[in-house]
Amino acid sequence: MSKTVDLAQRVRRHVLRMTSTGGSAHVGAAFSCVDILAVLYGSVMRHDSANPRWDGRDRFILSKGHAGAAVYATLAESGYFPTEHLARHYQDGSLLSGHVSHKGIPGVEVSTGSLGHGLGLGSGMAKALQLGGHHSRVFVLLSDGECDEGSTWEAALFAQHHKLTNLVAIVDYNKIQSLAPVSETLALEPFRAKWEGFNWSVAEVDGHDHHALGAVLATLPIQPDKPSVIIAHTTKGKGVSFMENTVLWHYRTARGVEFDRAMAELGGA
Amino acid sequence: MRDRFIQTLSLLAENDPRVMLITGDLGFAVFDDYRRRFPRQFINAGVAEQNMTLVATGMALEGHIVYTYSIGNFPTLRCLEMIRNDAAYHSANVKVVSIGGGFSYGPLGISHHATEDLAIMRALPDVACFAPTSLGEVADATRAIAATPGTCFLRLDKDSGPDGPATEPFVVGQPRIIRSGTDVAFFTIGGILSEVVQAATELETRGVSSSILSVHTLKPLMPDRLVAAAQTHRLIVTVEEHSIHGGLGALVLEVLSDANACPKSLVRIGLNGCFSSIVGSQHYLRAAYRVNSSSIVDRVLSALAR
Repeated sequence: MSKTVDLAQRVRRHVLRMTSTGGSAHVGAAFSCVDILAVLYGSVMRHDSANPRWDGRDRFILSKGHAGAAVYATLAESGYFPTEHLARHYQDGSLLSGHVSHKGIPGVEVSTGSLGHGLGLGSGMAKALQLGGHHSRVFVLLSDGECDEGSTWEAALFAQHHKLTNLVAIVDYNKIQSLAPVSETLALEPFRAKWEGFNWSVAEVDGHDHHALGAVLATLPIQPDKPSVIIAHTTKGKGVSFMENTVLWHYRTARGVEFDRAMAELGGA
Repeated sequence: MRDRFIQTLSLLAENDPRVMLITGDLGFAVFDDYRRRFPRQFINAGVAEQNMTLVATGMALEGHIVYTYSIGNFPTLRCLEMIRNDAAYHSANVKVVSIGGGFSYGPLGISHHATEDLAIMRALPDVACFAPTSLGEVADATRAIAATPGTCFLRLDKDSGPDGPATEPFVVGQPRIIRSGTDVAFFTIGGILSEVVQAATELETRGVSSSILSVHTLKPLMPDRLVAAAQTHRLIVTVEEHSIHGGLGALVLEVLSDANACPKSLVRIGLNGCFSSIVGSQHYLRAAYRVNSSSIVDRVLSALAR
């Protein structure tokens, strides 16, 4: 467990540097899902950084593509490419785009950035794996905001109809979207009931508790014959006190004193 | 065209288990035989074209060759971003098939008139675009897109023209010479070839000799035959059941301009950027919007008289 906690903190420090150097947004959205990524890549998913296209791998899709920095950092820390490459994030001519890209980046399955695409893509992959009798699972990480997208719910219908038990959606439910809290934008509650009503099996978990995340992800599918969704209750900007639970840090970039304070809180120099 | 497509797809599916057909809840009775024979290669995605395209992309990335199927603008415009960001950007073997080009579903109204789809789809990088003019070309194009890596668009019509000489094989990107003449060269795309052939026959009785080229592949397009025709005919006429903005007519101007081969006289026949807000059969609407054979004859004669 301490292994994934350490991984998460290293990823947070990378993300802070990357977003600061590049002047990019979305640090809050990246921090809220770092623990989920660390548990997935550090202990749950079957994957091989030396062979990123290994047939037996579990597939991961970052549907909330704006948290790309967190995925790049997690992949680099997992051995997919040198961590030095992270300094190229958001730079002129770089492949490491602000929204996650698969081109030339080992370990990234698909490019996203426009919201509401990941669950449908994952459903197609899961359907193909199911038809082929493969045991790989497909993990899709969604934001709460992209549950505004109709296409997310089209995919939710498809996945339950086809009993895609190999499909696992994880919603990074930090309850803050681009301009305002979710509850003031398009209320999602009762959220669990929505997924249950779509005939998914649902678990709720503290999205920063590695033990709890590991436990729920160790017993998939949550119910037989249904796709699984894990509603991960998270804190936007998790890990840096002044970024936590603020709309501001969806877009703001930490520089100067703010950067130093944030880095100190994350245990870095 | 629809029946020829599904017949050809059945042959492909029989020989290649990777072939997958996903419909957006359309094609009543059309797929009965296919579905019975290949139950593992058929999915009805429901009335959800965005998800249909996403699922197709996900399956294609896992090794399938996936045909998405719907009518009019549903498999294209409704899910355009999925075709762009997901299918095309990932070079996924997704073959977008629309039955109902132009006014095929004329009586159903504006929602079902596909009159800008070619322009929009050809603007997407890494999407090959096909609109066969005859039943033979439908079979050829259906096979060709299976063999063409990456994302393709296949636009089918209710109407179709004659196959033309068997000596003209179907080559991706190479316009087929349907008829050879000396005065006017018609470039056309889709089933409206039938109107062009009628027009050419009528013009012949008035002493005007016509060539007809089927531009069954809008993208990629080899320019040589278009350039040669532009240099050897008095008049070039493009005919499409589609907007002249961005469609075949616009493409021909681009190709000839790039080749520094602009003809003295070129007429683009198609929809002039208007919505088709009246309804009627394909035959009726072609006349109403002046893209039918008699309108083509009139436009050609007045252009030649200038």
